[in-house]
Amino acid sequence: MYNFSRRVTRIKRGNGVDNMQYDHIVIRYGEMSLKGKNRKHFIAQLKENLQKKLFEFPDAQLYKTRDRMYIQLNGENHEKVMERCQEVFGIQSLSLAIKVPNDLDEIKKGSLYALTENKEARTFKITTKRPNKQFPHGSQEMNQILGGYLLSNSEGYQVDVHEPDVEIRVEIRHDAAYITSRKVPGAGGLPVGTTGKTLLLLSGGIDSPVAGYLAMKRGVSLEAIHFFSPPYTSERAKQKVLDLAQVLTRYGHDIKLHIVPFTRLQQKIYQYIPEGYAMTVMRRMMLRIGEELAKKRSILSLTTGESLGQVASQTMESMNVINEVTNYPIIRPLVAMDKLEIIDISKKIGTYDISIRPYEDCCTVFVPKQPKTRPRREKIHQFEDQVDFSKELQEAVDGIETLTFKEEQTATENKFDDLL
Amino acid sequence: MIYLDNSATTRPYPEVLKSYQKAASQYYANPSSIHHFGGEAEQLLSRARNQAAALLDVEEEEIIFTSGGTEGNNLAIKGIALEHQNRGRHIITSQIEHPSVLEACKALESMGFEVTYIPVDHYGKVNPDDIQKAIRPDTILISIMHVNSELGTIQPIDQIGMIADQYPKLFFHVDHVQGLGKVPLHLKKARVDLCTMSGHKIHGLKGTGILYVRKGIKLHPLLHGGGQERNQRSGTENVAGAVSMVKAMRLIFEEQNQQFHHLKSLSRQLRECLKQDERIRINSPQDGAPHIVNLSVPGFKPEVIIHALGKRDIYISTKSACSSKHADESAVLSACGLDPKYTKSALRISFSYLNTDQEVQTFCTTFRDVLHELKEVMG
Repeated sequence: MYNFSRRVTRIKRGNGVDNMQYDHIVIRYGEMSLKGKNRKHFIAQLKENLQKKLFEFPDAQLYKTRDRMYIQLNGENHEKVMERCQEVFGIQSLSLAIKVPNDLDEIKKGSLYALTENKEARTFKITTKRPNKQFPHGSQEMNQILGGYLLSNSEGYQVDVHEPDVEIRVEIRHDAAYITSRKVPGAGGLPVGTTGKTLLLLSGGIDSPVAGYLAMKRGVSLEAIHFFSPPYTSERAKQKVLDLAQVLTRYGHDIKLHIVPFTRLQQKIYQYIPEGYAMTVMRRMMLRIGEELAKKRSILSLTTGESLGQVASQTMESMNVINEVTNYPIIRPLVAMDKLEIIDISKKIGTYDISIRPYEDCCTVFVPKQPKTRPRREKIHQFEDQVDFSKELQEAVDGIETLTFKEEQTATENKFDDLL
Repeated sequence: MIYLDNSATTRPYPEVLKSYQKAASQYYANPSSIHHFGGEAEQLLSRARNQAAALLDVEEEEIIFTSGGTEGNNLAIKGIALEHQNRGRHIITSQIEHPSVLEACKALESMGFEVTYIPVDHYGKVNPDDIQKAIRPDTILISIMHVNSELGTIQPIDQIGMIADQYPKLFFHVDHVQGLGKVPLHLKKARVDLCTMSGHKIHGLKGTGILYVRKGIKLHPLLHGGGQERNQRSGTENVAGAVSMVKAMRLIFEEQNQQFHHLKSLSRQLRECLKQDERIRINSPQDGAPHIVNLSVPGFKPEVIIHALGKRDIYISTKSACSSKHADESAVLSACGLDPKYTKSALRISFSYLNTDQEVQTFCTTFRDVLHELKEVMG
């Protein structure tokens, strides 16, 4: 059960790989290649998004060839750059690569590095491609040469051609040989900014940030709207939303957050609308304000974190009467997801820990004892007709405060900078 | 004054004190209070945690703010032992750990745990093979310090980490109190599970520290209460303390990047000057930490030398300050197998980035004078 003889160093000395290092990242885009005429536009957008993503790594350089992009690392930490690139939509897969001259010894050293650098690997496979037919050794022959070299210059590895832990791909091109391994999946989807803009209704909860993330996955860029009801909801509840918007910039770079002063309108709703219907009316007001803002900002759709049947406002009947107030398409990426699936995504994208901070938002403060799960349309009309909300609605729209988040800045950083 | 006892504690940086003062006076609210003022304190704490994580290249949730080295070591060792005793009750450590590690292990022994104390070579170095051999199916923890506080010996943490990593049920704790800011250690690359750090050894304040706990590891808390620090360490957060710790960490890392050679050069100068006197034996290894030089002058009582130097406003120490209250022999040097004439006459000189070449020169001349003078008296 315990293997006491496990090697600590797995590479035999004196092979000259000490100064080897991954110097490139290869970026492949998948679905985008299908998109006919748009292709050029999509690739340009991806390049722009990646360029922005590399702000942390001033020495890294991005360049594009016909069907791929490359990041030349110039000494930047390859693991970190890979991690960041995995947040960019529109990438199918990424690999680490070493570029070496077309020289057998150099290729050997490079492959040895690619193998031993991966500490988890136990088995490997070599796949050589040789577009450069000038190179004296055929690809099959290369596989054998390199396999033999790796086995005799390392310890504890075995060849497994069917399910290797690490596949080392050697591509002998005309300019140089590229040795890649560690192929990891990209975030998939389409580059943010290629399919228009949506307005996300962002609460402090678990669902809405995930909905925003998924919308962005389909290439949409995001603006967000948040309904703020002080003193019923606290500064910290608002802070949650700011922090969530900040996290979402990892996937969409710039995000504008519109904060709507909602207290007056909410008070009036709870004053005049029967308790069971107040929540439904409140939701309708939110959509009205959302649509108004979207019009002003030339945004063509709204996005919500609704998931069918999750709470009272998300039954079929509620959605029907709530949706009635707008003609704008409402994107509901979570509509068919289970709560646990949503939680999994929110953990993966880094919003979960913020979302579960225990502060009230405007949706939880005024929860009635028994909200109507099946609100009736005529009733809603009847109640809303009896009260004139136009003044409060206008005030809410006029009072909107807009904040812009960018990935490279943290909202609360400046205030404490001199302390830390 | 020439202060050469920086492994005992350091002088707080003025910037650190300023941060502490500002944080303590402006953000004194309880981070758990729900009002806005409490919210600001909470934000400040979370910014501090965020920065600590960035400096150590780990994640925020892996940072626990503590009161310092002793608490960190106790929390790591007892916390793992008590939480995971169902998996096994065997712990591996070395013979030359800090008392807060050794005594915590002894306390666990009295509760029925078994502890293997790995021996060290003449320079205080642990052999990774010995650790490999000591691992049993019921071993739950390996605790090895990075830099020894008396000798400056650097332990092969990377190699031990690789060994520990082969056993999924085995946790690896590193006491990094002496190494922080002086000898680089990358926690993730070295596969460290828990790591103790202290503020006052890096020009921060006493009563501040960090315990790194790798994500997913659960500890049995030493302090139960309000559930602060992710339930691992209750008690109202010391926000200003945490801020000062992180500030000190940022500054010491800057020094480490820029001034690393300065420490080496101080140590080289000192060694060269000490070599001229053949009565002196240098106990520290050549390849040890650059800020600690341990030496013995057989026949001279270390306390007498300390006091004689102290009169001239020069401060060095005998052994680690925490062990100084026990018998006059250095347990660390005994464990290295040195002759009693050396273990009973050991002195430690420890530098910080603030020390200068001039100070080393002055120390050397004064030290020579003191030895000469004492020889006449004692002889």
